[in-house]
Amino acid sequence: MLTANNLECSRGDHKLFAGMNFSVKAGELMLVSGPNGSGKTSLLRLLCGLSVPDDGEICWDGINIRELGGDYRSVMTYLGHLGGIKDDLTAIENLRISCALAGCEIDEEQATDALRRMGLTGRETLPAKVLSQGQRRRVALARLLVTRTKLWILDEPLTALDVAAIELIKGMLEHNLSQGGMIVMTTHQELNVAAAATHQLVLS
Amino acid sequence: MILWIIKRDLLLAMRRRSDVLTTLFFFIIVVSLFPLGVGPEMNMLRMMAPGVVWVAALLASMLALGRMFSSDYVDGTLEQMLLSPVSLSGLVMGKALSHWLVTGVPLVLMAPVLGIQYDLPVEALMVLTLSLLLGTPVLSLVGAIGAALTLGLRGGGVLVSLLVLPLYIPVLIFGAGAVEASTAGMGFDAHLSLLGAFLLVSLVFSPWATAASLRISMA
Amino acid sequence: MTINWFKYASPASFYFLAGRMIPFFIIAAVILLIIGLYIGFFVAPTDFQQGEAYRIIFIHVPAAWMSMFLYVVMAFWAGIGLAFNTRLSSMVASAIAPTGAMFTFLALWTGAWWGKPMWGTWWVWDARLTSELILFFLYIGFMSLQAAIDDPRRADKAGAIIALVGVVNIPIIYFSVQWWNTLHQGASVSLVQSPKMATAMLTGMLIMALAAWMYSIVMVLMRTRMIILERERHTAWVSELKEGVSK
Repeated sequence: MLTANNLECSRGDHKLFAGMNFSVKAGELMLVSGPNGSGKTSLLRLLCGLSVPDDGEICWDGINIRELGGDYRSVMTYLGHLGGIKDDLTAIENLRISCALAGCEIDEEQATDALRRMGLTGRETLPAKVLSQGQRRRVALARLLVTRTKLWILDEPLTALDVAAIELIKGMLEHNLSQGGMIVMTTHQELNVAAAATHQLVLS
Repeated sequence: MILWIIKRDLLLAMRRRSDVLTTLFFFIIVVSLFPLGVGPEMNMLRMMAPGVVWVAALLASMLALGRMFSSDYVDGTLEQMLLSPVSLSGLVMGKALSHWLVTGVPLVLMAPVLGIQYDLPVEALMVLTLSLLLGTPVLSLVGAIGAALTLGLRGGGVLVSLLVLPLYIPVLIFGAGAVEASTAGMGFDAHLSLLGAFLLVSLVFSPWATAASLRISMA
Repeated sequence: MTINWFKYASPASFYFLAGRMIPFFIIAAVILLIIGLYIGFFVAPTDFQQGEAYRIIFIHVPAAWMSMFLYVVMAFWAGIGLAFNTRLSSMVASAIAPTGAMFTFLALWTGAWWGKPMWGTWWVWDARLTSELILFFLYIGFMSLQAAIDDPRRADKAGAIIALVGVVNIPIIYFSVQWWNTLHQGASVSLVQSPKMATAMLTGMLIMALAAWMYSIVMVLMRTRMIILERERHTAWVSELKEGVSK
C-alpha cells in the first residue's frame, strides 16, 4: 500500500501543494489530473523517490520510502516524460538495457517477444533514431510487459500513442491491477480502466 | 550490473566514434603546439615533455567529462539509473570506468608516440605510459564528481574545469614527477606507488561521492 | 539548566541573535586591530636581516592562517547542513566563503609584496604560496558552483559535497606541493624566518590573528543575516520586519 501523509511540495518560491493525503491499495488506480504547471510531474517524482518533499512523508506498507531505498525501488517502476531511449541503440538493446537497470535481465528472445506484442514487429533491430515518436514510446512502455513490479508510476504514458496502442496499454494496466498491482498515473485523455477502485486526484 | 553499463557505453562509443577521436586529437594537437610556441630546442623540449604531456592529458580528460552524464540526463536514462534497485555507486563506477576506457586508454596508447616527438629516452617513454595508465583512471573518477555536480547547469563545461582542475594537481605532480625522476636517473617507484595509492583512494570514495552528487542534482 | 539550542538554529531567531551580537564583535575587532597594528609598527623591533619590510607579516601570516582555518570551518558547516538538513548551517557555510577567499587573496597579495624586497621577485613557486594559490582556486570553485545553481537547496548540498571533497584533498595537495617543491629546489627562505622570533613580533602577530578572527565573525554574521532575509523573504516574520522598517 502506498500512502502519502501531509505532503508539501514547492518549486522555487511557488508552493505547488500542501497537506496532501491519499493512499492507494492493491488493485487500485489513482489518476492525477490538473492544468500544466500544477505539479503533476513533481508529485510523481516525489512518489518514486527522485525528489524529497518539503514536508510530510511517503510510505510503502507503512515504512518511509527513504528508509526502504533499494527495496522500494525494486517493487516500483517509473516511466517519465523522457523514455530513457538511446538514439544510437536498437529497440532490442534499448529494452534489454532498461530492463537490466530495473533489475530484471531478459534475453534477446524475451525482448523481441515483448516488442512484437507492442506492435513493433519488424522494427526490433532498427536504431531508435529512425523510429517515430509513438514507436519510441512503445519501446519504453514495452518494459511494463516484462517487469514484475507491483507499483507503476506513469507520467503521461499515452502521449503520442494511437488508438490501437492506447487499447494495448489499457489492457496492460488492467492486467497489472488484476494481479494486485497499483498504478498512479497522469493523463489528459479519458481512459476507462477496470480497477478495484479509481481515485481521482485533481491538482489546481 | 557494472558490466551492463560498461558494455552499453562502449557500444554507444563505437556507434559514435567521432567523440572518442575528437578527445584524442585534442590531446595530440595540444602537445604538438608547445614546440611551436617555445621553439625547437631539443634539450628544453626534453625537459618540458613530461609536464606538457600530462597537462594535455588533464585537459583532454576534463573536456570529455561533460559527456559522462549529460546524454543520459537529457534522454531520461539517468532517472532510471537513480531508480534502479542496484546500487547507484556501482553504476557510477561503471560509468567512470567506461569513460576511462573511451577517453583515458587512447591517451595512454598515444603518449609514447608523442614522447618521441620530444625526444624522450626509451625508459622515460615507458614511465610516461605507466604513469598515465595509473593516473588517468583517477582523473575519470574524480572528474565524475564534478560532472555530477554541474549536471544541467548553464556554463557547466567551464564550471567543471574550475571544480576539477585543482583536484587534479596531485596526479599531475606525481605523474609528471615520475617521468622527470626517470630522465634525471633517479628512482621513480615512489611516484608510481603514490599514483597507485591515489587510484585506490579514488576508487573507494569517488563513486560514493558521485552517487550522492547525482541524487542532489536530480532532485 | 538546559538550553534549547534548536531555538537558535531557526533562521529567524538566529537573525535577531546575530543582530545583537554583531556590535560587540565589531568593537572587539577594532580594538584588537589597533593594538595589533601598534605593536606591529612601533613596538616590534626592526629585523636585522630584513629591515622594515618584514612588518607585512603582521597582515600576511594572520591572513594565511584565517584562509586555511575558514575553509575547514566552511566545510564543517556545509557538511552538517548536508548530513542533518539544517538550513542555517548551509547558509553559514555560504557566508564564510567570500571572507575566506578574501583572506586567501590578501595572503597572496601581501606575500608578493613581501617577496619583492626579500627575494627580488613578486612571485616565487614556494610550497606555501603555491598551496595558498590552490586554496584560492578551491574557494572560487565553491562560490562559482553555488552561484550557478538557482535552487538554493541544491546549491547548499552541491556546495557541501565540493567543500568536503576539497577538505579531503587539501592535505594531499599540500603534501604533493611540498614534495614537488623540494624536488625542484625551490626558495630557500621560509616564511617563519628567524629561529627565535622576538616576543613582541609573536604577540603582534597573535593579536592581529585575533583581530582577523573577530572581523571574520562580523562579516559571516552580517552575510548570514542577508542570506536569511533573501531566502525567507516570503515568510511572515520577514514581512513584519519590512513593515516595521517602512513605518
